[in-house]
Amino acid sequence: MREKLAAAPYLVWMALFIVAPLIFVFVYAFTDANGHFTFANIAALKAYLPTFLDSILLGAIAAVICLLIAYPFAYFISRTKPRTQRIIVLLVMLPMCMSFLLRTLAWVSLFEDTGIINNFLTSIGIGPFKLIRTRAAIVFGMVYNYLPYMILPLYTVLMKIDGRLLEASADLGANKATTFRKVILPLSVPGIISGITMVFVPAVSTFYISVKMGPADTAMIGDIIEKQFKNAYNPNLGAAMSLVLMVMIFVCMAIMNRFTDSDGEDIVL
Amino acid sequence: MKTFGKIYTVLVFVLLYTPILLLMLFSFNSTKNTVHFTGFTLKWYEELFNNGALLQLLLNTLIIAVIASVVATVLGTMAAVGIHKMKKRMQSVILTVTNVPMTNPDIVTGVSLALLFVFIGGMMKNNNVLGFWTLLTAHITFGLPYVILSVLPKIRQMDRNLMDAALDLGCTPLKAFFKVMLPEIMPGVFTGLTMVFTLSLDDFVISYFVYGSGFSTLPIEIYNYTKKPIPPTIYALFTMLFLVILALMIVMNIFQARDERKKANKLAALQG
Amino acid sequence: MANSEIVRLENIHKEFDGETVLDNINLSIRDKEFVTLLGPSGCGKTTTLRIIAGFETPTSGNVFFFDKIINDVPPHKREVNTVFQRYALFPHLNVFENIAFGLRLKKTPEKVIREKVFEMLKLINLNGFAKRNVNSLSGGQQQRVAIARALINSPRMLLLDEPLGALDLKLRKDMQVELKNIQQQMGVTFVYVTHDQEEALSMSDTVVVMDNGVIQQIGTPQDIYNEPQNAFVADFIGESNIIDGVMLDDYLVSIFGYKFKCLDSGFEQKEPVDVVIRPEDIDIVRADSGHLSGVVTNVTFKGVHYEIIVDVKGFKWMIQTTDFHATGDEIGIKLNPDDIHIMKKSEYSGKFGDYSSYSEEYDKLDDATILNDDSESEVID
Repeated sequence: MREKLAAAPYLVWMALFIVAPLIFVFVYAFTDANGHFTFANIAALKAYLPTFLDSILLGAIAAVICLLIAYPFAYFISRTKPRTQRIIVLLVMLPMCMSFLLRTLAWVSLFEDTGIINNFLTSIGIGPFKLIRTRAAIVFGMVYNYLPYMILPLYTVLMKIDGRLLEASADLGANKATTFRKVILPLSVPGIISGITMVFVPAVSTFYISVKMGPADTAMIGDIIEKQFKNAYNPNLGAAMSLVLMVMIFVCMAIMNRFTDSDGEDIVL
Repeated sequence: MKTFGKIYTVLVFVLLYTPILLLMLFSFNSTKNTVHFTGFTLKWYEELFNNGALLQLLLNTLIIAVIASVVATVLGTMAAVGIHKMKKRMQSVILTVTNVPMTNPDIVTGVSLALLFVFIGGMMKNNNVLGFWTLLTAHITFGLPYVILSVLPKIRQMDRNLMDAALDLGCTPLKAFFKVMLPEIMPGVFTGLTMVFTLSLDDFVISYFVYGSGFSTLPIEIYNYTKKPIPPTIYALFTMLFLVILALMIVMNIFQARDERKKANKLAALQG
Repeated sequence: MANSEIVRLENIHKEFDGETVLDNINLSIRDKEFVTLLGPSGCGKTTTLRIIAGFETPTSGNVFFFDKIINDVPPHKREVNTVFQRYALFPHLNVFENIAFGLRLKKTPEKVIREKVFEMLKLINLNGFAKRNVNSLSGGQQQRVAIARALINSPRMLLLDEPLGALDLKLRKDMQVELKNIQQQMGVTFVYVTHDQEEALSMSDTVVVMDNGVIQQIGTPQDIYNEPQNAFVADFIGESNIIDGVMLDDYLVSIFGYKFKCLDSGFEQKEPVDVVIRPEDIDIVRADSGHLSGVVTNVTFKGVHYEIIVDVKGFKWMIQTTDFHATGDEIGIKLNPDDIHIMKKSEYSGKFGDYSSYSEEYDKLDDATILNDDSESEVID
């Protein structure tokens, strides 16, 4: 009985700093600067619709590319010796200990028109190419930054697949491709779902990567939200944008979760 | 297939580590140039130790990370103990809310907390409410779910009779927690602590919305360097931080491996 | 067993989320007694134990410890200790520290702790295991450490929750003897929970049979086996053939329309009853010289004896015999008055004791003779 009380401080904290802030987002989204109820903020979002759609598109592309890169990688490491696996997993997480802002800046300097890559390409007679300030550069920045978030959940599910299942599949007459399609892939769906969400959510809402790597005319949801709070100071409009972003991601996740039968057993790193 | 796997693995690592190696390399570059390596120097490292403002920022970042991770770990572990005792329905409601900061984009978490803090500041007639306390509160808030979600499974895995046994043998519930449950769930507690610590060290997005001019951290200042090229002292600082973390990881890995070998030996001795 | 009472449960009722798991439990446990709570899983035996230990509080009713109500006394303040299912040894402590756990909490001097722990290790035959990691012990060894860890606190009463459940059959038998020895040596009251009827019968002074949160019968092992109170007890304790009968008079019962003498009395005239006949009590004779006759439909070799199923007018009897009878043989069955035990009808009637998947209607025979009456003189209309 009394053990439940141990959760009391957290529940208070949760109410104050998780629930209350969300209520504030909601309230601000539906009020004007004087605190009167209004739909004007939501209506004003119509002008930003292309930005929203564009962000979703870029985020989705980044998530898919991450999946394509990470899946074979996660599969290879899941088949190595446990000791090797542990070292590789550590090596995957290690870059996240280095400031992601700095790492992004390093790519920027590599990709500059007079950066190391273009200098090299020029010296061998091809190029220079416009690598930075492109939409592709935004996607590259997302893929680079969030790739570990795709690898780790995929690795977790692939590692847990019992080797005997693969033997059973072979024993029942499946070749390697069929085994992959009929056994490995279905079993790794929870990892795919959780990886895609873990990449898509931060990618779609990023404002740093697009500022540093994207073309000047491309703004993402994160950028326009940031502007409402830091430059234009229109927190009501910013709250409306945040609210819509939140609802949008919630809907995306609900759709994704329909693909899995797992009853809320999230894959936690 | 096997060689393909190896090559592929190496390529992914090249992608992941290129910028880090580049940063390290240019922390030894004699000029501020980040394209040409013009000569080896340690002057940025020297400068780093004489740069009071930068060291202050590092200290700020570490203070926030240490306090946030300790507070989140204590609160979160207590919460996990309490949540575990609750009925299924209550548990799922609380865990759903707990998940919100993890599933919500960081920018929304940052914005929502900023709205709350500014509102509270307005009530207290304080226009400068953003600062150390808001930054700390935000870091504890986004850290708590990680602690709860790494401790709760450990509690669930525990043989529930263990706690009963401790009570039965004369422990008060509080003593039973420290003598029996805590040693059992320690790996989860430790995972939670390190996760919050590293997330807090590197957090930029949430901090960006809740920091004030009086107190800021390294990631925020790096972002604010936008216009000018980043001074190589920063590269030097992060190279050192990176090497410290790397060393810690290697040490931990060695200990873990030794532990596992011991266990394996014991098991072998039993079966043999 | 004239010892004084230690614990008394009075009208205990326990609900979990509105579901009744214990209903009107009344039980008295005396000093130095070996009491077993016996029943199938979900019958409430473990909950009863946990109420005595203090891990659960009764929804209504009282728990008395030496005539003091202890409903709200927390477990760590009760003078009882528990041996848990799957032992619940502390994995981060070695054997010595596990056993010393309770004494350390009482701030016992180190010297006394060492003495007592080594004494305990000797009692449980684990000399030299003090420094061992508990995870490296076998199931039987862990079991003994769990017992030592509880007993070292000199509890008035030791509660054991399916302590042998995880052990294999051979080890279980050895541990049964060892436990009984420890109980007698230490003179401690044992309350033992099990679903294994053989274990209950061989170890206990008193057996409490439970089902559906209700105590079905309390008695000595002999009572429980020989005089089961209803079809559930008869079926749960050993094998039984349970047949519908009608009590004609004191000491006279009618089965399949035949009359048999028995040793039971006190029923109303014409009262329908359940008749229990144990498979090992039935004598097999030649087909023409028995009270009833039937055809063998199944034979199973069990080592010490054969277990045969005999179809007597559609009712399948189980009979244990040392002689071999082949399937299809026609045999006769002889029932002596002391082989027949009469029970009142209960909610369990008709659910147990027929060894067939179907049974046919019996032809009522108007035979006026009492089949198992050797004098063949008393005939009642």
